[in-house]
Amino acid sequence: MTGYLITIGLETHVQLRTATKMFCGCSLAFGAEPNTNVCPVCLGYPGALPVMNREAVRLTVVSGLMLGCEISRRSTFDRKNYFYPDMSKDYQISQNGSPLCVGGSVRIETAAGAKRVRINHIHLEEDAAKINHYARFSGVDFNRCGTPLMEIVSEPDLASPDEAMAYLQALKQILLYAGVSDCNLEEGNLRSDVNVSVRPIGQERLGTKVEIKNMNTFKGIYAALEYEIARQLATVTRGGLIVQETRRWDPELGETQPMRSKENAHDYRYFPEPDLVPVELEEAQVEAWRAALPELPAVRRGRMAEAYGIPDYDAAVLADAKENADFFEAAARACEPRLGKTVSNWFMTEVMRLLSESGLTISQSALTPSALAELVTLLDTRVINGPTAKELLPELFRAGGLPSALVAARGLGQVSDADALAALVQQVLSENGKSVADYRAGKRAAAGFLVGQVMKLSKGKADPQVVGRLVAERLAGAS
Amino acid sequence: MDIATLTVKEAARGLRAKDYSSVELTQAVLAAIRERDGALNAYLSVDAEGALRQAADADAARASGREGDLLGVPIAVKDLINVDGQPCTCASKILRGYTACYDATVSARLRQAGAVFAGRTNMDEFAMGSSTEASAFRTTRNPHDGTRVPGGSSGGSAAAVAGGEALAALGTDTGGSIRQPASFCGCVGLKPSYGRVSRYGVTAYASSLDQVGPMTKTVEDAATVLSCLAGRDPRDGTTPDVPVPDYGAALRGGLKGLRIGLPKEYYIAGTDPAVMACVRGAVEACAAAGAEVVEVSLPHTEYAIAVYYIVATAEASANLARFDGVRYGHRTANPESVFGLYAKSRAEGFGTEVKRRIILGTYVLSSGYYDAYYGRAQKVRTLIRRDYEAAFRSCDVLMTPVAPTAAYRIGEACDDPLKMYLGDIFTVPANLAGLCGLSVPCGKTPEGLPVGLQVLGPAFGECAVLRAGQGVEELVGAE
Ligand SMILES: [Zn+2]
Repeated sequence: MTGYLITIGLETHVQLRTATKMFCGCSLAFGAEPNTNVCPVCLGYPGALPVMNREAVRLTVVSGLMLGCEISRRSTFDRKNYFYPDMSKDYQISQNGSPLCVGGSVRIETAAGAKRVRINHIHLEEDAAKINHYARFSGVDFNRCGTPLMEIVSEPDLASPDEAMAYLQALKQILLYAGVSDCNLEEGNLRSDVNVSVRPIGQERLGTKVEIKNMNTFKGIYAALEYEIARQLATVTRGGLIVQETRRWDPELGETQPMRSKENAHDYRYFPEPDLVPVELEEAQVEAWRAALPELPAVRRGRMAEAYGIPDYDAAVLADAKENADFFEAAARACEPRLGKTVSNWFMTEVMRLLSESGLTISQSALTPSALAELVTLLDTRVINGPTAKELLPELFRAGGLPSALVAARGLGQVSDADALAALVQQVLSENGKSVADYRAGKRAAAGFLVGQVMKLSKGKADPQVVGRLVAERLAGAS
Repeated sequence: MDIATLTVKEAARGLRAKDYSSVELTQAVLAAIRERDGALNAYLSVDAEGALRQAADADAARASGREGDLLGVPIAVKDLINVDGQPCTCASKILRGYTACYDATVSARLRQAGAVFAGRTNMDEFAMGSSTEASAFRTTRNPHDGTRVPGGSSGGSAAAVAGGEALAALGTDTGGSIRQPASFCGCVGLKPSYGRVSRYGVTAYASSLDQVGPMTKTVEDAATVLSCLAGRDPRDGTTPDVPVPDYGAALRGGLKGLRIGLPKEYYIAGTDPAVMACVRGAVEACAAAGAEVVEVSLPHTEYAIAVYYIVATAEASANLARFDGVRYGHRTANPESVFGLYAKSRAEGFGTEVKRRIILGTYVLSSGYYDAYYGRAQKVRTLIRRDYEAAFRSCDVLMTPVAPTAAYRIGEACDDPLKMYLGDIFTVPANLAGLCGLSVPCGKTPEGLPVGLQVLGPAFGECAVLRAGQGVEELVGAE
């Protein structure tokens, strides 16, 4: 709708990739029987005390460094008090006053060009348990209770649902690059609450904001934003007022609905968690983590395009997933430098196709960077031809190994010897008089058919370039 | 052997000399409990079978060559410290029938040392009280006068030791709960510095104030038990890695050259003259024995009670939230909703004093009141800590009364919570400042009621406190 500005901010909860929970030694293996990964600490038994998971702190700081945040040298934890069966202690240990990371930004591409979305802060907290509702009762599964969660709070810098999507995609990619989270949406690794408001163009002050919760997918966030923006615009254009409130997204109805005021009116009574000493980070420690940071995806795209002579588009596709980019670079480095583009072509077409057909990721497949590098090199030196290479790749993808071994074992080496191929060319020309006649009648395409027949006769081993030359010579000579 | 007078040290000697076995010693303790506890009500539960099994194990260990100061020695445990498989009711209806599912670190250390868990001692519900009258289950009586209170909240532990039903006991001290009952009952009580002893597995009242400590017949026994309990615990992040010194050696320091500070704010009108006479007499005896006595000032003392009842109740309001009827403990019958389940379970399970403190704590943390109460209290707490740091620059220990009165009559202070709170005036500052403190008998009132002398030392200054306490004990004993 014209005449109005939309303002969106996101609070994104990211499950960190640690082996154990935030404050106890319980496993975080997904899919365990309910209440099997629990102990006195995460069940909130009398006397149990939290112990800080240092790895969760490291992963949060690494995320902050990737996003350009200031890292707090001293950070404290607080208790957020509320009664609900999903929180075993009836308070959540979180960070209210002094989060681990402050500031920073995420670069996104929008229709109007690149844009920086500012981060307000990143803090660390523990996840709640999962409540399952059954026909006659509800059950609490505490396996998830105490999972380390990093909350990334953006500034209200996003102006549309599309920008919100671009932000989430960029954020997810950076977190995957950083290796801090699996970002698995199905397992709830990445969840966002959104704040959204509208205001007339020209008005400085932001409109009244509404918070929306309960979106489990990026699609859900998009749909919830679209719905809520439309609702707010309809309200204000009618002259109505937006109420500051928390609304819940109902994916079945496709609507946001106000949450009951009881759930809304929380006084969390935050106060410093007396069971945990402040997290103090040595400058040298932070700098060591900074030095070990992986490249940001955007930086990597540019570098790969330049270093391997591949188009920007290819570089962007390859850099999209860190493991693809890692694989490509390892393969390209194992080849002659001029073959970078060929490696990229093979990855972008044949390998990507195998990935999508199999549903595997590159690291789950049996294909190794050295196998792809060798395949491309064998092709380049014309030891094998294209069809052979295409035949070998699925096998390497499925069962592993090196192409040179397969070529040697099966005698798949390409025949480039003109004398050996001349006999085959002769045989094909004499058996296909009609095509020869067609060619002479001006149907140049007939040459391609004849080359194909020679390839077929050689069981695909003939060097197509040599065959093409021989066929052209013979057709020219005979005319 | 006579349990009424037998010390830990004598028992260790008797066991080592094979004068008696641990089983025989444990049987004697169990017999003393059977004989006397009908009148005293010091214990809430006794696991005779378990204790005898542990004693037999200790005897077997000794037979195979093991030694140790606590090997085979029965020790009573305050009923808020978790001992795996034993009840842990915190003297509250909300935990009636609750069985601990793990060992507190102090329990594990005693178990490791071969000590025998003699029984669970009575206390004020959740350690909230100064007379043990706030127990949901029974009223413990002062061994010196059955019409009087034993003090609290570790009143059961003090009465068991002083009343000849235990050699030693564990108590906890949040605002004086070890020292004051030790004074009322005429035994030794040591509150270690904050962080000296692990709180893991000790049901929390106020996390930044709670400490576990020994209650014994002699200062030497307190040193022996503390040696077993003290030290860094990876399960409690608030226990720093400060080396544990030789507390036994500290006892031999003597009074000569010891600098004793008398804080003028502690020697005020309002304290029972009989109590003051005992305290002054002990200080004069120390001076006569070669100690140096200096007057010091702790100007913020008058705010300590207010600060204590804000900090302690705020932390308690969160610590006691977990008793919600969901995972363990009392659950109301047929709740109409989740919030009804909480409200009714807690209304039925908690006693008046606990409810009073939860409400106070919730109030001081509430939005709009936090700065005026909790925030302000934290600032004053820092000032109180600085007072003590300054005082300890001119002396090694402070000597003060433990409480303004000797043991009062049962029912006397019940109707006036404020009066009872004011009784903590001399003990709470040590908790707020993280100091260590000892209560050692220093005489009796004309009515024959014991009076304790409080010896305060700087954080992790247990050696100075034990040295002074040993000196006082020898002087008083010689009178
Ligand atoms: Zn756990």
